[in-house]
Amino acid sequence: MQRYVVASVAEIPPGTHKVFTVAGRPIGIFNLEGEYYGLLNRCPHQGGSLCDGLITGLAVGDRPGEFRMIRKGEMIRCPWHGWEFDIRTGQSWCEPAKIRARTYPTEITAGTEVVRGPYVAETVAVKVEEKYVVVEF
Amino acid sequence: MSLTLERDVDTHGGPTRDLKTRLRIIDCDIHPYLRTPRDLDPFLSARWRQHLAEYGKGTRGIYAARGTYPRFMPNTCRRDAWPAGGGLPGSDVDFIRSQHLDANDVEFGVLEPLLEGNAPRNVELQAALCSAFNDWQVTHFTDIEPRLRASILVPQDDAEAAVAEIERRAGDRRFAQIQLSSRTPEPLGRKRYWAIFAAAERVNLPIGLHVGGPSAAAPSASGWPSFYVEEHQVLSHSMPTQAASLILEGVFDRYPNLKIILIEGGFAWVPTLGWRLDANVAKMRSEVPNLKLKPSEYLRRNLWYATQPIEEPEYPQHLRTLFDWIGWDRIVYSSDYPHWDYDDPQRAIKIAMSEAERRAIFRHNAEQIYRFN
Ligand code: FES
Repeated sequence: MQRYVVASVAEIPPGTHKVFTVAGRPIGIFNLEGEYYGLLNRCPHQGGSLCDGLITGLAVGDRPGEFRMIRKGEMIRCPWHGWEFDIRTGQSWCEPAKIRARTYPTEITAGTEVVRGPYVAETVAVKVEEKYVVVEF
Repeated sequence: MSLTLERDVDTHGGPTRDLKTRLRIIDCDIHPYLRTPRDLDPFLSARWRQHLAEYGKGTRGIYAARGTYPRFMPNTCRRDAWPAGGGLPGSDVDFIRSQHLDANDVEFGVLEPLLEGNAPRNVELQAALCSAFNDWQVTHFTDIEPRLRASILVPQDDAEAAVAEIERRAGDRRFAQIQLSSRTPEPLGRKRYWAIFAAAERVNLPIGLHVGGPSAAAPSASGWPSFYVEEHQVLSHSMPTQAASLILEGVFDRYPNLKIILIEGGFAWVPTLGWRLDANVAKMRSEVPNLKLKPSEYLRRNLWYATQPIEEPEYPQHLRTLFDWIGWDRIVYSSDYPHWDYDDPQRAIKIAMSEAERRAIFRHNAEQIYRFN
């Protein structure tokens, strides 16, 4: 297991996401109301670039002709065939038991700690007063 | 515990590919779009430009300027296929190259324009539009990117004009096939279409029969479906109907070397159509006395089936059973790029295949049918 600094928190404001290549893997980092979630940018169905999909909610209804939208902003719909996934867990909405998009746990780490690490590369200028999104895999 | 920083911003977002497993592939279904409607103007005479401006296309569709079902995705396309520089998906050759041809190592891709050239009720306008789209494909696609090959669009409701267009283009190697659409006003085996088949056989070009088309009839046998998801499903029903018509009307007895690729119409129905037709023709032979072969034999001699949208059985190995029944030599890969129901060449077929099987579907079978060199 290795921990990777991906971005400063300021780079991904609430309600947005951005895809980074981290150690060769395309990983989307999503900010849902201040909490950060990591999703592999490859859909488990046919490998579509999942993070290019529509951020949406769930359309639910109790009977035909009645519908409402719940959990707005918490689901992502693959840009290819439209499979929907829970951004927090990667769980597929249509086949939750069998299908899951690969997720990456994230944590927020203070710049003071980041600069102490021996392998910090130069691509992101780390500032001690900033906070950073770190994923581990 | 160390902290490593190794990142760059992934702007393209496409899946990365394993170079070692690559096989140069042939894709029988790529949809080109106009960057702007004006792009067609140079290929239309002043008369038709004026006609379109004043009267529109006058298609058989039930709405004047839109499809019958609102689409699940804008323009029926993958949301990641919109070019950064603007324009519709499928309109920017550079983006088609990077997102599809290069990424998937496509050696040849057959363009299947679905731009309603054959939709107007006015058959002269049909002929003018089809011819304009043929010039447009060459100028805006195949001359810029020779991996892309054009389809000869024809005014299929006017066989004489269709044959003239086929003959005008047949010697041009940038065209790989003749395109027809599956939702025709009458079943395709009918005599009014025979001259088109005769011309295709004579110039030795295959026919790509793409799902959809200008018919004014409801897409289902019992009327208008309520939902897009339902219409998306019943669209494919036109394919077995057309296959049966072509066989029973004797098209393949008259034109035994005719090759037709059924595109985007599914293929799980092929075995059952063969079984049923064989059984029924055995009983009612006297009604179609001129058939020389069993119906299933034409399904294996004159017709090919494009993979997309791939059948997705619950147990993927059932796909192998289907391929075994239909014949591995009948199946050709198609992506449908840039439409939302695109099939990825590495991921859509979820069964282990031998090298020979993979080669047959992704390359060899198409090479036998199309003219690429
Ligand atoms: S690749 Fe994502 S839904 Fe098919």
